[in-house]
Amino acid sequence: MSIEFLVSTAVGVLSAAGIYLVLRARTFPVVLGLAFMSYAINVFLFASGRLVINQPPIWGKDVAAYTDPLPQALVLTAIVIAFGMTALVVVLALRTYLETGTDQIDGLADRSDTPQPPPEETAVLGPDAAPSREAGR
Amino acid sequence: MSHWLIAPVLLPALLAPLMLLFLRKRLMESRVVSLAGCLSLLALAGLLMVQADTGIIQTYALGDWRAPFGIILALDRLSALMLMVTAILALAVMIYAVATGLDRKGWHFHPLFQFQLLGLNGAFLTGDLFNLFVFFEVLLIASYGLMLHGGGAARLKAGVQYVVVNLVGSTLFLVAVGLLYGATGTLNMAHMGQRVAEAPAGDHGLILAGGLLMIAVFALKAAVVPLHFWLPRTYGSTSAPVAALFAIMTKVGAYCILRFTTVVFGDGAGELAWAPAPYLLPAALATMLLGFIGVLGARHLRQLAAFSVIGSMGTLVSAIAVFTPASTAAALYYLPHSTFAAAALFLVTDQIARRRGDFGDALSPSPVFAGAGPLSGLFFLTAIAVVGLPPLSGFPGKLLILDAVRDAPGGWWIWGFILGTTVISLLAFARAGSVLFWKSAATTGEIKAATPVAPVASALVVAGLLAVLAALTLAGGPVSAYLNATGEQIFEAGAYGGAVLGPG
Repeated sequence: MSIEFLVSTAVGVLSAAGIYLVLRARTFPVVLGLAFMSYAINVFLFASGRLVINQPPIWGKDVAAYTDPLPQALVLTAIVIAFGMTALVVVLALRTYLETGTDQIDGLADRSDTPQPPPEETAVLGPDAAPSREAGR
Repeated sequence: MSHWLIAPVLLPALLAPLMLLFLRKRLMESRVVSLAGCLSLLALAGLLMVQADTGIIQTYALGDWRAPFGIILALDRLSALMLMVTAILALAVMIYAVATGLDRKGWHFHPLFQFQLLGLNGAFLTGDLFNLFVFFEVLLIASYGLMLHGGGAARLKAGVQYVVVNLVGSTLFLVAVGLLYGATGTLNMAHMGQRVAEAPAGDHGLILAGGLLMIAVFALKAAVVPLHFWLPRTYGSTSAPVAALFAIMTKVGAYCILRFTTVVFGDGAGELAWAPAPYLLPAALATMLLGFIGVLGARHLRQLAAFSVIGSMGTLVSAIAVFTPASTAAALYYLPHSTFAAAALFLVTDQIARRRGDFGDALSPSPVFAGAGPLSGLFFLTAIAVVGLPPLSGFPGKLLILDAVRDAPGGWWIWGFILGTTVISLLAFARAGSVLFWKSAATTGEIKAATPVAPVASALVVAGLLAVLAALTLAGGPVSAYLNATGEQIFEAGAYGGAVLGPG
């Protein structure tokens, strides 16, 4: 099995998982989906300089073949930005959940595809949730 | 190599962390520094505009690493124009935010604002595709903070969508960068243009895929149909000054479409020349129609303003998509106009909503509110500007576009759509104005003022923006002369590439 096949299937599977999860309706799968997509992109960017094995990343006069160092620098930047953005989305999703009481991505009330908590439980949750919301600010 | 070129990036990049470190809890000092920053940015933009008007494309090699190895900033007439528009808008929005006390409603408004300016100015100056990605991220991250500033459940809900949409957009940006780098082996836009021209036919498919994906990402920023869904809710639920500032964010997308296509897929690109154009024009026409139908259907004044941004982006991109010097000059006249007009509309909406208490910005008759007289005048003038009636600059803007696209393929489509949507928007604004001011005059009752009424200074900002639009009309001659030169410069074969890569 060639390394090209391995890398391209990895990119494909990661993107497919990412796209599927981003299209889900709740924030947690969406955050995971964004993370998967950024992983896929990192591998893809890495491959955009061509896949070369066991070669130095710096060109010299006596070096016959080398790997392209630029995509590696790009991947580093992309990793840092994606990491920061994932952290931001997590905090934002959490804050939205605490303020609106739902983690549906469109901000609507929970749909019936998940088991609803029994009414007495929500009644207990209601006043409890309020002080913790205050503390979160 | 003049060091002034990097100043519009450096100034906000220094001010923002300094304010974060030393002025975190000092609102007055933050305001002074922030306003001073905006004023100096305006002066810098003026200086750079004068320098750019000599017709020489200046470049700035960071760390003295020459292109295509290092990252290059380049200043031509187009970049200088965008810097100027940003600086004027930033100053107006900053004064409004300070006057209405928006910066008191949460932390770090001023540093975020400066980071936003850093990202905008950087995006307008850079000549490197990956650097453009980084500046996009800077301006997006700052915009997330600004968009959510002030909090509230509705804003958070819209904020999550805005952030997720833009994160997916950033991912696609990277895919496009990877494809283009894989096919051409460079990230410098001018160098990429040369490589695309020399590319063997076997690579054309890959280059086309990368280029069109890149245009799709820019179209997402520019809210071009079918990538416009994020805009109405985002602009409708954020605070008015931030929505006014975001009027420039869609223009970043339009600027990038223009810059990227002319530099990478210009006349020299052989078979691939102007590859994105046939996709852009139908999308722009659909955007125009959909935006102004949205204006007609809006139930709230803010939604109306948000849809008018989409409609004006359609008008702008349809003129850009023709890709001739004349149509580009016309589009660049319409660009500052639509930016300032949209900003004025968001701010006047805020003025009206603050005075209507519980009625807010809903388009339904309410009892007469304090200061309805002068505000109706402001709303009337803003509506004239947005619709594009004389005497404000929307009229010459649309006229220039119509004149420039007459002989272009698809030109008559643009004529039909621009004239048709102008009638639609005229109807919509006439109805909104008559509901807000005439029908309200006949309604009895009293308004319970919920939000504190904005001080007069904030209404003066709206008047100031309208004065800029009037000046744009009055100085139509010199402005068009500059813009015609801009159009010629953008389409002059090899001008940008020669300046960036040097004669060698």
